[in-house]
Amino acid sequence: MEVNVISNDRDLYSEEFSINMGPQHPSTHGVLYLDLRLNGETVIDCVTHIGYLHRSMEKIAENRTYTQFIPFTDRLDYVASMNNNLCYVLAVEKLMNMEVSDRAKYIRVIIAELNRVASHLIAIGTFAQDLGAFATPLFYCFREREKIIEIFDEICGNRLTYNYMRIGGVQSDLPKGIDERIKYFIKYMRSKVDDYEALLTNNIIFLARAKNIGILSKDAAVSYSITGPNLRASGIKWDLRKDEPYLVYDKFKFDVPTGENGDAWDRYKVRIEELRQSLNIVEQAIAGIPEGPVTVKPGRIYKPPAGEAYLRTENPRGELGFYIVSDGSACPYRLKIRAPSFSNLAVLSELVKGVKVADVVSILGSLDILMGEIDR
Amino acid sequence: MLTMMITGAVVLGFISFSSMFLIWWERKVSAHIQTRFGPMRVGWHGVLQPIADAVKLLLKEDIVPCSVDKRVWWLAPFFVVVPSVMAFVSIPFGKNLIAKDLNVGILYIIAVTSVGILGIFMAGWGSNNKYSLLGGMRSAAQIISYEIPLILSIVTVVMFSGSLSMQKIVEAQAKCWFIFKPCLAVAFLVYIISATAEVNRTPFDIPEAESELVAGFHTEYSGMKFAMFFIAEYTNMFIISAIATTLFLGGWRGPLLPPVLWFLIKTYGIIFVLMWVRWTFPRVRVDQLMGLAWKVLTPIAFVNLALAGWLLLK
Repeated sequence: MEVNVISNDRDLYSEEFSINMGPQHPSTHGVLYLDLRLNGETVIDCVTHIGYLHRSMEKIAENRTYTQFIPFTDRLDYVASMNNNLCYVLAVEKLMNMEVSDRAKYIRVIIAELNRVASHLIAIGTFAQDLGAFATPLFYCFREREKIIEIFDEICGNRLTYNYMRIGGVQSDLPKGIDERIKYFIKYMRSKVDDYEALLTNNIIFLARAKNIGILSKDAAVSYSITGPNLRASGIKWDLRKDEPYLVYDKFKFDVPTGENGDAWDRYKVRIEELRQSLNIVEQAIAGIPEGPVTVKPGRIYKPPAGEAYLRTENPRGELGFYIVSDGSACPYRLKIRAPSFSNLAVLSELVKGVKVADVVSILGSLDILMGEIDR
Repeated sequence: MLTMMITGAVVLGFISFSSMFLIWWERKVSAHIQTRFGPMRVGWHGVLQPIADAVKLLLKEDIVPCSVDKRVWWLAPFFVVVPSVMAFVSIPFGKNLIAKDLNVGILYIIAVTSVGILGIFMAGWGSNNKYSLLGGMRSAAQIISYEIPLILSIVTVVMFSGSLSMQKIVEAQAKCWFIFKPCLAVAFLVYIISATAEVNRTPFDIPEAESELVAGFHTEYSGMKFAMFFIAEYTNMFIISAIATTLFLGGWRGPLLPPVLWFLIKTYGIIFVLMWVRWTFPRVRVDQLMGLAWKVLTPIAFVNLALAGWLLLK
């Protein structure tokens, strides 16, 4: 093996040290393999290897009808399945020029925002875990996520891969009494967000580990096409729910939180604020939900007219996009997925140059990537 | 001779019992902090869980990775466990409950426990694994750095007590616990922080930082050898708490209850605080850790020491 000599001093000869972080490693968030080259504990270079979770989703799509592909989207960003479902069905609906009922739109917003809360909880919990907070914040986050999952369980019968959105609406109407449960959850969750802040935000060790670590400048963020909370943490106010509203997001009042420095702490803080904003949106949506049908008359097989459509939505991890080409048959001719985590991961090797090994883990954790949608 | 053997057996029995209890207790404490139950199945609230774990570890295959440096790798667990057992010799559990009241008691404890670091570094080096090596290196740097504020804080106590003997230190606290004396309260804080680092516990657990180094220096160990590291960790935790009790909290002294009970209550109280801290805080980074030792704790300890000298001479 080729060895790079760092210092050829007669007294202090030192060599580069290479370390393979992953694919089996406690904190690479799935099967990610980082090829690190170190000088002592300082990172010189980092190469990310992906593909361990590749399931060739895009090719599978070409052999499935439009409805059949919905459950596959669950497996992209598997902690935010509802949001993936949503983006896909919106793209198909755009291709077919289909308009869904108002009630369906409201239900979609409620579900998508609750799932965003669940997803951000995992992001915050695992980030704290990566910083070495022995699972305690993680358990707290999972406790709250469990409540959301129970709500989803009641709505659609699944706990992780929901397959709830349908082309033209949603699978079924909200069960009776669920709005009370969601209202109760909002109240409960607000107090818990304050608890997380008390536990982490201004904790001196947390600050030392996250402040000024992995600073992502505005320019770098844009040139790497970073999206979602990571982009907003760098100080760019860009949220598709505000800037390119879909569904009924333009009817709700909510803020788009941004950070200042673009460091790991800002990324964490933006997610905490987004939890609050999402709860606000759910509260308004529950209050304003109209009566009506939840789905247009479902067809057995949809055959969109020949053409193409691209649609993007604001997923918890950034902009998820579906590009669908139809040749008029029952299956897509080509389907391309633009996964936010893919771009978010790409910037990692840029950010980790010159930091300590411990910071690689915290930067990776703060970027909140998910291998399911990177490898597809 | 016979009494020495009996004392030895009692000490060894106590060590294994104590570390088993601590393992169970830590799991329970962590579970309740994290809104879980922890072990519940084996015995009442899982009290027999450590025994089940020990049996499992004893029966496990002893895997020796083919590329390890065999002699170093084999010896490492013993180098970690033996010093921590040796430290028990001069810990006063009660008025006469001490194996040997050495006249250099505290110095002896510091000296033998420092050998443990050798075992950790041997494990890191001998494993021939990069994560282990990084863990071992970090560990060596960390323990050597924290030894200095640790010893400086102990020296402050020795100045007040006028003796290195553990029993004499306890006697010196007959009127007032040392923690309530002005300089010694600072020394206590410095001691507790350094001692936490000394036994590699969160927030200073960087040698075995799970999210970075998998399991650090003991990544390659399994079965009983792993159990050795585990026992050593909990024994060390007991020792540092016992020292804190003896040096600052009046040792076995206390009203009503028998001395040994007072000693255990105080010691386990400190252990509980250490556990509480472990399950609440994130981990500091390796360079921040060094910064804390050299830029904060060592100067404080020195100033404190000088102040103590001035107070005594006044």
